[in-house]
Amino acid sequence: MSRIATRFAELKAQRRAGFVAFISAGDPDYETSLHILKGLPKAGADIIELGMPFTDPMAEGPAIQASYLRALKSGQTMAKTLAMVRAVREGDQTTPIVLMGYYNPIYSYGAAKFVREAQACGVDGLIIVDLTPEEDQELREPAVAAGLDLIRLAAPTSDEHRLKTIVSGASGFIYYVSITGPTGTKQVNPADAAVAVKRVKAATSLPVAVGFGIRNEGDAGAIAKFADAAVVGSALVAEISRFVDATGRISPGSTEAVLGLVARLANAAHQTPK
Amino acid sequence: MSAPRLNSYRAGPDAQGHFGIFGGRYVAETLMPLILDLEKAYDAAKKDPSFQAELDRFLEHYVGRPSPLYFAERLTDYFGGAKIYFKRDELNHTGAHKINNCMGQILLAKRMGKTRIIAETGAGQHGVATATVAARFGLPCVVYMGEIDIERQKPNAFRMKLLGAEVRAVSSGSRTLKDAMNEALRDWVANVDNTFYIIGTVAGPHPYPALVRDFQSVIGREAKAQMMKAEGRLPDALVACIGGGSNAMGLFHPFLDDPSVEMYGVEAAGLGIETGQHAASLAGGRPGVLHGNRTYLLQDDDGQIIEAHSISAGLDYPGIGPEHSWLHDVKRVNYVSATDQEALDAFQLCARQEGIIPALEPAHALAYTAKLAKKMGRDKIILMNMCGRGDKDIFAVAERLGAKL
Repeated sequence: MSRIATRFAELKAQRRAGFVAFISAGDPDYETSLHILKGLPKAGADIIELGMPFTDPMAEGPAIQASYLRALKSGQTMAKTLAMVRAVREGDQTTPIVLMGYYNPIYSYGAAKFVREAQACGVDGLIIVDLTPEEDQELREPAVAAGLDLIRLAAPTSDEHRLKTIVSGASGFIYYVSITGPTGTKQVNPADAAVAVKRVKAATSLPVAVGFGIRNEGDAGAIAKFADAAVVGSALVAEISRFVDATGRISPGSTEAVLGLVARLANAAHQTPK
Repeated sequence: MSAPRLNSYRAGPDAQGHFGIFGGRYVAETLMPLILDLEKAYDAAKKDPSFQAELDRFLEHYVGRPSPLYFAERLTDYFGGAKIYFKRDELNHTGAHKINNCMGQILLAKRMGKTRIIAETGAGQHGVATATVAARFGLPCVVYMGEIDIERQKPNAFRMKLLGAEVRAVSSGSRTLKDAMNEALRDWVANVDNTFYIIGTVAGPHPYPALVRDFQSVIGREAKAQMMKAEGRLPDALVACIGGGSNAMGLFHPFLDDPSVEMYGVEAAGLGIETGQHAASLAGGRPGVLHGNRTYLLQDDDGQIIEAHSISAGLDYPGIGPEHSWLHDVKRVNYVSATDQEALDAFQLCARQEGIIPALEPAHALAYTAKLAKKMGRDKIILMNMCGRGDKDIFAVAERLGAKL
């Protein structure tokens, strides 16, 4: 069983929802980012989503856009992102790591080569925001062959017909985008999301993680009532940004601050009875 | 042409929106239902004679079509080679070819019951054309424009405001056209219920590249008939400038299956291809995925998008429409380039020789037309698309020439 499937099975057995933490690889620099990454499982992250920085992230709001640019400015590359995963895997064999980003850097790297190396480094899945089911075959086939899940997204605009297309051939889990808008730009409405997750679950037996609009502990707890996992990204990278000044200089304390926030959010998700 | 000839170069895209490996639909899942709806609505509109009739009526009485085909006699003599004709789309209402497409898309928006219009713009010509049709049909309009472009194209930014549009300055990334397109896509994702996104060039997710091409093909259809009337034959060569490539696609497409007609798409070479400071995606880029489609892109070794450079804000884009990428790979169209300086020289020459101040974008086409005309015999005919007028550029050109206004 894959690390992702194992983790969701454990959560189900414990009758609780998981917490997924997103950070951008290399934000604000490689060392700090790796330090935060290594601390995420202990802080309470059940799954790690690691953003692959891209110059033109069209589905991201200002917080993640800025974090991608900070990472690129400090010299982050796709190879370094894979190296970070390898470094985390040396000390952690169980926490699923999912790479999230846009297709162009992968296409540029070579899709088949990328999934091979990603698998060897310990990556468990990929979420590629601009790769629709219509276009994902050239990545899905090598990914599946390498044992990686290509995780598909569903949105508030996905009707029943569209959901069928999305879940057909999906693996790992379904990522439900809980708002219409870029990441972090609107706050999730838990009641609407609950109805939507029910619809997604009617179409698939895969777990459903909810993200894009979860800002605080209250949101995370509310989502944990019905979703299999709650994802937080923008709030975490915004926390990192508080430790970077306009010139890009980093002040100490970001790791502790981010991991502290992760612990509070994870706790809110974990404490909610299902 | 060494590549094997296809039966037709006009059959694309396929049902999934691909031209060879290019094109497609690379968007956030949230937008997929919307672009599938758009495709359905456009297919229905194409089959509806009343839609075409209404578009034709607006093109004639509001846009001012057909635009003239003009024999540029003085420039022909000046270069001393092939006869040069201009397709004068700069005489359209709002001063460029952009409105051909905007008129088509706003009628589609109306047909789909959309109540809010958004657009991206580089030089501002597409923004002005969108603001114009939005005003005409009484719809609120938001135009995204990079901060740097607003500075270079102040008259157009003000024009949009006069037309009642809200111009939103984009300060992310390189603060030019590609970032304006990112912001417009973000707006669209956030306003899926009521908003129609009028894309200004033959790029973006399917069906936009085909839809914009179809609306711009009025240029080539008219030019073909006008040339037959003027010369009794087809031209030997077509020349058009390329940023995203909508004016070029509009001129070329009706001629693609006429093997005697050679075609030249002129990319912006900026300070020179060898300097890396240019906007020539085909000459200096490689295939990648951005803004909803696979196409040639300016990018670094790690797949990060590189900022383009051109004196012309309208060509300052690191990508190109996917159909151009395909026509490049199958070698049906020759893609060449002209530098900032060559365009600036052609801009001034055209003003003095023909009494026509071209936009900096077609000034690139003219710079290459000059080279081509000299190589071709006097019995040959070149048809160049004069796709925009230069009123918007006089401040930027004055500054470049060191003139005080």
